[in-house]
Amino acid sequence: MGVLHRIEVSESANISVVRFKDQKIIDPEAIQELGLELFDLVEKDDRKKLVLNFSNVEFLSSAALGKLITFEKKVKRQGSELILSNISPEIFQVFAITNLDKLFTIKDSEADALAVL
Amino acid sequence: MPSNDAPHTILRELTSSLTAYHDLVQEILKTLAELGWQEGELFGVHMALEESISNAIRHGNKEDPAKLVRVECRLSQNQFWAKVCDEGDGYNPDAVPDCCSPENLEVPGGRGLALIRAYMDSVEHSECGKCLTMEKLRPAASDC
Repeated sequence: MGVLHRIEVSESANISVVRFKDQKIIDPEAIQELGLELFDLVEKDDRKKLVLNFSNVEFLSSAALGKLITFEKKVKRQGSELILSNISPEIFQVFAITNLDKLFTIKDSEADALAVL
Repeated sequence: MPSNDAPHTILRELTSSLTAYHDLVQEILKTLAELGWQEGELFGVHMALEESISNAIRHGNKEDPAKLVRVECRLSQNQFWAKVCDEGDGYNPDAVPDCCSPENLEVPGGRGLALIRAYMDSVEHSECGKCLTMEKLRPAASDC
């Protein structure tokens, strides 16, 4: 894994916990780079269990949602598992409006996510 | 600090670059914050501006540097009103697939419009889809 600009990855048992470096995920180039870094986790590193921790995220655009949807498809294709956690009420509302709370598995905390993976 | 009485008006023409409008969005949010708008309300305004302007640049003008996006705003203590127009070919917003139906959850596109509609009180399209007008009202501040 090369230098990561958009995410930080830590390991907990055999689970990869991913945190976002940007508080606002808006910039198109940053979203593109975010996508590539996320995709590598499953396509290159073959990680099987992932938690995306949103504690740092204050705002994200529909373009960022689109990238997360593509990531979810790749996770499924690789036979990996993904849980989203620590989503603020404002960001959760964005997922709820777009019905993506039905597509993703979402847990309140990282500990809750780790417990079910 | 803007006056609390007369609406604060902003009129701007932006180039069709997806990084050209962030300063304008921040200026609008700062003005509304000074007018007393709260963080949760500003989140919705931010989302509506982000999605409407990026749609105009990306889908309307197709990022053509020769085309502009025109943004007009009226801001007051109890009203956010904005009109965003592009120089593209227009589109029929009713033809955009419902991004939120179960069969379309993994299909890209349409989420921006769904978010604008959710956060605004009214959203109207005009000029064959080249202009979007949106408004969010908040209760007038009490004198008590």
